[in-house]
Amino acid sequence: MTGTVAVLSAVCVLPLALIFGYLVAKGATSLNLDFFIHGPVPVGQTGGGVANAIVGSLITVGLAAAIGVPVGIGAGVFLAEYGSGRLGWTVRFVADVLNGTPSIIIGIFAWTWIVRRAGHFSAYAGAIALAVILVPVVARTTEEMVRLVPHSLREAALALGYPRWRASLGVVLRTALAGVATGALVGVARIAGETAPLLFTALGNLNFTTNINEPMQSLPLQIYTYATGPDQEWHRLAWASALVLIILVFGLALVARRIARRRYGSA
Amino acid sequence: MTTAATELEPTVTSQSNSYGRRVTEPNRGDRTYRAALTMLAWVLPVVLLAMVAELSVNAWPAVTKFGWGFVFKSTWNPVTEVYGAAPLIFGTLASSALALLIAVPLALSAAIFLTEFAPPWVRSPLGFLVELLAAVPSVVYGVWGVFVLIPLLRFVVPPLKAVLGWLPFFQGAFYGNSMLAGGIILAIMVVPYVAAVSREVLGAVPGTQREAALALGATRWEAVRMAVLPYGRPGIIGAIMLGLGRALGETMAVTMVIGNRHDISLSVLQPGYTMAAAIANEFSEATTPMYLSALFELGLVLFVITILVNALARLFIWRIAPGRAVGSRAL
Repeated sequence: MTGTVAVLSAVCVLPLALIFGYLVAKGATSLNLDFFIHGPVPVGQTGGGVANAIVGSLITVGLAAAIGVPVGIGAGVFLAEYGSGRLGWTVRFVADVLNGTPSIIIGIFAWTWIVRRAGHFSAYAGAIALAVILVPVVARTTEEMVRLVPHSLREAALALGYPRWRASLGVVLRTALAGVATGALVGVARIAGETAPLLFTALGNLNFTTNINEPMQSLPLQIYTYATGPDQEWHRLAWASALVLIILVFGLALVARRIARRRYGSA
Repeated sequence: MTTAATELEPTVTSQSNSYGRRVTEPNRGDRTYRAALTMLAWVLPVVLLAMVAELSVNAWPAVTKFGWGFVFKSTWNPVTEVYGAAPLIFGTLASSALALLIAVPLALSAAIFLTEFAPPWVRSPLGFLVELLAAVPSVVYGVWGVFVLIPLLRFVVPPLKAVLGWLPFFQGAFYGNSMLAGGIILAIMVVPYVAAVSREVLGAVPGTQREAALALGATRWEAVRMAVLPYGRPGIIGAIMLGLGRALGETMAVTMVIGNRHDISLSVLQPGYTMAAAIANEFSEATTPMYLSALFELGLVLFVITILVNALARLFIWRIAPGRAVGSRAL
């Protein structure tokens, strides 16, 4: 029986090896300097790159993190410090509900809320959609991490005459910082790969832009377009972009794990 | 500690109240801090309410026009403006069910192996690999599904059909994009969630349960089967439902491989369609207000289903591991 269970466990991680293997096999040869510094070329021509998508992804995700991480940390600290009442219960429940909400629904919500009102697609609408996904993730991990901080630390700070807010910010949150950072990174890694919320918000853009008021390309959108298109050259670029995206996402996940390990031992 | 002493100053010098009042009544900094945090915490419920409101308002024209027919009828015709989402709802449920059928045995095995049997040097890396699987973006699964899984299935299915072709689930011509491809991709995506949460749940089973079984002479496997699993059952059901919630709402990868056809078929070899995929595909083509409204109603139905599934999942999991943000590690 132990053997069966072990084999089935191996089957679980087999897809990871297969996916990563194919990504490297099909995408690695396309990764050259041109790929990173050029934009797309017209259909039918070979070459071209995804510079617009990489920069677009960085901007969109960066903006989403700038909005979502502070809100998430604030809500998380609230849950840990003052979250025993009814509001705490509600916020916790809502965070879990939002966490399980399909990202496409957040996408159409952002469309009605922002894009339709503004009258045009924009990168900031995409960033806000991503932030809506990010906030509950960060809030819940922050809460867990803050709760892990021993009570004695807070009590020591209060005994020294710290007001509560300083004890909370300067001692408790600071002690939990590594864990909070891990949670934020894991959340950012997740939104970096999201496509569905961007379909009707950031929309995608064949040209290079850094204006968040315009439609903007991002790696997941570009991969989707390229992979579902008919062009062989596009398929090649889709594999390469997917490899770049996954390296980015795994990189973030690894850094997060590193931080957690250094602080809490094995995570 | 000189800095600490100077920083204490404001609190100590502002001793206008009696000592007892100062302890119970927070000072201005505390009040501000609490108010700021409370405001940030309110963002979550406000966003959820706004979401429900926006979806409902936009879906309302379709809700009033089609009534229950939206859920039970299967004509989806943008030209005549008749929208029945039965095939989409069926496709969503069927693809998720298929995914769970494949994923649950695998994920539970992994969870049991990781908590009960794996030697320590396997535990950590294997656990990490499973978590990495959860981090792979949906669209990357889609790319892999389109270019690797579907060609592979075209190769594997004909012999399979020769053997099992008499079953209603293996009828019709197979072109690649199908319920089967969607189910397999979903299964791969759901495995890490179910495995990670089940692992947390099994880890929360008290050691005394195991020890008692072992002390009665059970083998390690018997202890798992008779003591650990029954104790953790609600949590495991919760983990599976959490996986179900994921599968129901999954969009990109499914859209890319499931075939996107408004049809109800028992055969897994036929193309299907899901609610999330329909929204992703048709939202930008929805030119008439009623078409758009129908898509919003689709979103609303999907939203309500996932909320119910997720809420039930949490209730089950909290019976084993109270109050935990279970699954946060798998995100």
